[in-house]
Amino acid sequence: MIRIEARPQPSAVMAYATPVLAVVLTMIFGGILFAVLGKDPLQAIATIFWEPIFGEFAFFYRPQLLIKGAPLVLIAIGLALGFRAGIWNIGAEGQYIAGAICGAGAGLAFFPTESVLIFPFMVLAGALGGWAWAMIPAVLKVKFGTNEILVSLMLVYVAEQLLASMSLGLLKNPEGFGFPGSRNLQQYPSAHNAEIISGTGMHWGVVAALIAVIFAYVLLTRHRLGFAIRVTGEAPRAAKFGGVNPGRLVLFCLGMSGLLAGLAGMFEVAGPSGQISIDFNVGYGFTAIIVAFLGRLNPLGIVAAGLLMALTYIGGDIAQSQLGLPAAAIQVFQGMLLFFLLALDVLTNYRVRFGAAEVL
Amino acid sequence: MDLSAINPILLIAAMIAAATPILLAAIGELVVERAGVLNLGVEGMMITGAVCGFIIAVNTGSPTVGFIAAAVGGAVLSLLFAFLTQVALANQVASGLALTLFGLGLSSLMGQSYVGIKPPRAEATPLGPLADIPVIGPIIFGHDLMVYLGLGIVAVTWAVLKFTRMGLVLRAVGENHDAAHALGYKVKRIRTLAILFGGACAGLGGAYISLIRVPQWTEGMTAGVGWIALALVVFASWKPWRVLLGAYLFGGITQLQLNLQGAGVAIPVEYLAMSPYVVTIIVLVILSADKSRAPGSLGRTFHASG
Repeated sequence: MIRIEARPQPSAVMAYATPVLAVVLTMIFGGILFAVLGKDPLQAIATIFWEPIFGEFAFFYRPQLLIKGAPLVLIAIGLALGFRAGIWNIGAEGQYIAGAICGAGAGLAFFPTESVLIFPFMVLAGALGGWAWAMIPAVLKVKFGTNEILVSLMLVYVAEQLLASMSLGLLKNPEGFGFPGSRNLQQYPSAHNAEIISGTGMHWGVVAALIAVIFAYVLLTRHRLGFAIRVTGEAPRAAKFGGVNPGRLVLFCLGMSGLLAGLAGMFEVAGPSGQISIDFNVGYGFTAIIVAFLGRLNPLGIVAAGLLMALTYIGGDIAQSQLGLPAAAIQVFQGMLLFFLLALDVLTNYRVRFGAAEVL
Repeated sequence: MDLSAINPILLIAAMIAAATPILLAAIGELVVERAGVLNLGVEGMMITGAVCGFIIAVNTGSPTVGFIAAAVGGAVLSLLFAFLTQVALANQVASGLALTLFGLGLSSLMGQSYVGIKPPRAEATPLGPLADIPVIGPIIFGHDLMVYLGLGIVAVTWAVLKFTRMGLVLRAVGENHDAAHALGYKVKRIRTLAILFGGACAGLGGAYISLIRVPQWTEGMTAGVGWIALALVVFASWKPWRVLLGAYLFGGITQLQLNLQGAGVAIPVEYLAMSPYVVTIIVLVILSADKSRAPGSLGRTFHASG
């Protein structure tokens, strides 16, 4: 008879071991999946995890690690703050789109004027756009008690329609020969989020992600507000008695995660992506949920998890072109990772005991 | 703009059809939530049901077999959720999200060679001369079997929850799992069965979209219907008949905005397409004041200690 028994304290060893174990299990089951799809599993796993960093064309793929990792880390940091307090913002994808639209709009409003002030203004607009989009579920939750999960998610679909409307209407490139999509910000020097050091993938979004990580780390470990977040998540009643205002916490956590997601969208549209288009968003807002959990809602863990997830994106692209592995297989692979992580988490808080239960 | 192009009788008939997938998914989720489990994976189970039903229907040529496969597909996926939350005691919100992310990926992987294929047509229910009655014929009697099955499931769910011992036990588990456990009910077993029922219903709802509503397979084709179904359960205050009402409201809005798009109203298409989601938010705001109806143990993990 196998049964599980609550641990008096969560196991510190298991807390670190479970993400690693989950990655290993995902590789094994992912390998089985790839074998079922008729690909050599070892080669597929190697292509995804080895090729981008150590392969023949690694010089090309390594910068991609920062480019794809930065938005994931930026969004996941914000989500983790809320998740820690039991506030579930799952509409980061919508906030990411809102940030991109506002950021790009702010830049394009000045086209073709050149000024060093335009880019900071765009950053501000992007952050505000994401923040405002997240404030909708936040204010509704505080004022009316609506469920933030459903509202933030509904707003993703609204944002997607807004994105389509913008790329076909207001922000459409007037010199684009009628094609949907805005002007390319990469060709507008004042608005371009160019690499800071050429060839490294290091753009302002990466800098922002690093600042966010440090900010979140200090907040959670050294600041009163971070303590309030942690107490609210672990013991909501104790937090209330301790004088934590739950409404303000909701506004802060949702606002902050929206702001960071908006920044991620803005840096993406001004840099790697370049333009507002119908298919601008690629699901970073949803993948960031996996990143946040894989990083154990811990800022430093999120950096590692973000880079790993960026690796699966890049490796997935390579496997797609070299081995013909379907793009959806990588999505399944990422989903599997979250499954194993959640399933193994039981080992952190519970102990597995073999043998019959003792009779009391 | 030409509103006269919209035939009111056909519109109402189409609204009923549009409501069916939402209705099926929502009634399943209602049972799950009455058992005290919050499964946010409805969208993932629906899309998996949609693709399973589509593949089997295309290969067997029978929509009926397709629907059965969809229910099985949804239930199998929900088994993963049941394992995570009932055995591994994982957080229900996170597990539900995982189910949705995984289901979306899995369905596009399974369906990639089925894009652009037409599924076999589901016949209208042979109700003979009833369907020929003017006005109410096409509205009430002109549908396929799934529409009536959806209504039947709502009625049976209502009756079981209200009048049977099984329903009472299910509600007890949802209201207070510790008390139910103390009385000797198998909390985890009952919840697992409820989750499976929810998965099967969501699968049927998904297959209704891919086999009848659209009918085609495209990636992510459920487009948030699963999430609307979740909102609907809150809207309905966890009562079966109010789920029906809500489903017709949302189905009606979805269908109406499609018809308005077709009629060429001066509002841009994107803003019309937003409307079902915006309405969902507005309805949630209006109805959120009353939370007292929520099952007492909703979303809480049960672990028998001792």
